[in-house]
Amino acid sequence: MADCNETLRELHAFLDDELSSETRAHIHIHLGDCVDCLQAFDFHAELKMAIRRKCTTDQMPEGLLARIETCFNADLDGDGHIGDTR
Amino acid sequence: MFAEQAMEYAPQLYSAALRMTRNQADAEDLVQEAYLRAFRSFHTFQEGTNLRAWLFRILTNAYINTYRAKQRRPIETDLDDLEDLYLYRRLGSMETAAASMSAEDQFMDLFTDDEVKQALEDLPDNFRLPVILADVEGFAYKEIAHMLDIPIGTVMSRLHRGRKAMQRALYEFAEANGLATPTPVPSDQLGSG
Repeated sequence: MADCNETLRELHAFLDDELSSETRAHIHIHLGDCVDCLQAFDFHAELKMAIRRKCTTDQMPEGLLARIETCFNADLDGDGHIGDTR
Repeated sequence: MFAEQAMEYAPQLYSAALRMTRNQADAEDLVQEAYLRAFRSFHTFQEGTNLRAWLFRILTNAYINTYRAKQRRPIETDLDDLEDLYLYRRLGSMETAAASMSAEDQFMDLFTDDEVKQALEDLPDNFRLPVILADVEGFAYKEIAHMLDIPIGTVMSRLHRGRKAMQRALYEFAEANGLATPTPVPSDQLGSG
């Protein structure tokens, strides 16, 4: 059984899915019994989701895909050079 | 076909490139550079392995080798050692204040997209890259260690400190917006049992 300190120490590794299944199971059991730790874990899980959602809202500029395709096609001879750009 | 598969990841690579370079022109150049490197070294890609991780490794290396050198900010900077659960100890009581809203909705309202991006982009490089790769892109510690060529323990400690610094920046935004009520969770409610 994990106590609060042990549980909170593993908070990020737990949320990052980096724990062994055994440790994960211990944490799960503790979270089932401890509202304070569950609240802290929930807070960080939601924060992590919000950060990901807010940092992935960028629209790719028009033309970037075409630029990438151009540079792919430009090296068809496979010499590692694409014309006059470098 | 490799090119088609690889192109699917362009929006993700562009978004990560923006967080790395902090400006659109450099981000576009960085993504283009990464694809050029990827197309050239496609023969080194092992079929059946993770194409997305391979592309992000190339992007990260292109950034470190090319763009980081141009930036005036110091590459290796340390961060203050902040207390654990920095934001939670300050905002954790929000949940009881508006129990009908999920915590994620509260975070969505508490900070604007630009503020969260800013908080991330303001981290020094050595902390920012692990946070981008873990929290935005969802890579495993082992994959990040491989991409950045640093030990897993270093990935973990940089994530730990980078996240806390980002939380402090977010708290400052919340305070400046008048949205944070300074009613910290008493520390005796944490780590007591």
